[in-house]
Amino acid sequence: MKAGIVVFPGSNREGDMARALEQASGKKPTMLWHADTELPDLDLIVLPGGFSHGDYLRCGAMAARSPIMPEVIKAAERGVRVLGVCNGFQILTETGLLPGALMRNSNLKFACRFVKLKVENNATPFTQGYNKGDVIQVVVAHGDGNYFADEATLDRLEQDDRIAFRYAEGTNPNGAIRDIAGIFNERKTVLGLMPHLENVVGLAAGGDDGKPMFDGLVKALA
Amino acid sequence: MKARVHVTLKTGVLDPQGKAIQHALVNMGFAGVNEVRQGKVIELELAETDPTKAKAAVDAMCTRLLANTVIENYRIELA
Repeated sequence: MKAGIVVFPGSNREGDMARALEQASGKKPTMLWHADTELPDLDLIVLPGGFSHGDYLRCGAMAARSPIMPEVIKAAERGVRVLGVCNGFQILTETGLLPGALMRNSNLKFACRFVKLKVENNATPFTQGYNKGDVIQVVVAHGDGNYFADEATLDRLEQDDRIAFRYAEGTNPNGAIRDIAGIFNERKTVLGLMPHLENVVGLAAGGDDGKPMFDGLVKALA
Repeated sequence: MKARVHVTLKTGVLDPQGKAIQHALVNMGFAGVNEVRQGKVIELELAETDPTKAKAAVDAMCTRLLANTVIENYRIELA
């Protein structure tokens, strides 16, 4: 699997993401810079977590208009898999590749802790390593993870099986509507999620419940 | 010419910061503050001198970057 990670000014989870991808695939991902205007041939593009451009204006707003993003959008339209985690998820909603928006946590507190996620759809390369209904333990670290979309969009997401993960009952850390933690685009080639699955792949403390996502991607895209 | 853009959250979108401000005001003794909604003001200094063209340009800036129309409304003032 040829993976690339787009680094923006203020990204800070690209190293963790690179280690998780390398552990799963045996290959170091290519690090890309937000000001690049060309993409190499890739099977997976990752937008990592962090605080791109200091979260100024809105989280992910400036990053979504970076010189590299038109290329990322074109690649996504060709069907190249795109994964956005935390700030990466915010960037994906700001580009319009995913619907809705991520707002300030409803309790106004930065949430940095373990949460439980329920796997809602395991029929995608991102989630095939899980069983539908699995409850996994992962970590979140964000101040703006409160997913919001209008009712019609939410109904459509549910009807089309585009919810990847929900916070398990009682663990919603941010007030996200309908407990949504991660969603797919229509073709299920783009996934955005708030939790850092790259931080729970057995490399250090924290567990390994994120590992099946990376192993599943390698299996599908290698 | 100058343009001022007001960005506010749409009706129905939860505004926890506005709620926190409201609670603070009430705790300070300001009675009768039933609701607070907060937003942003963005001031632009433009080379354009034609108001119609300036407004059209700022409108494009709003839809493409300054506001997220999924959750926010915007209003443009020229001066």
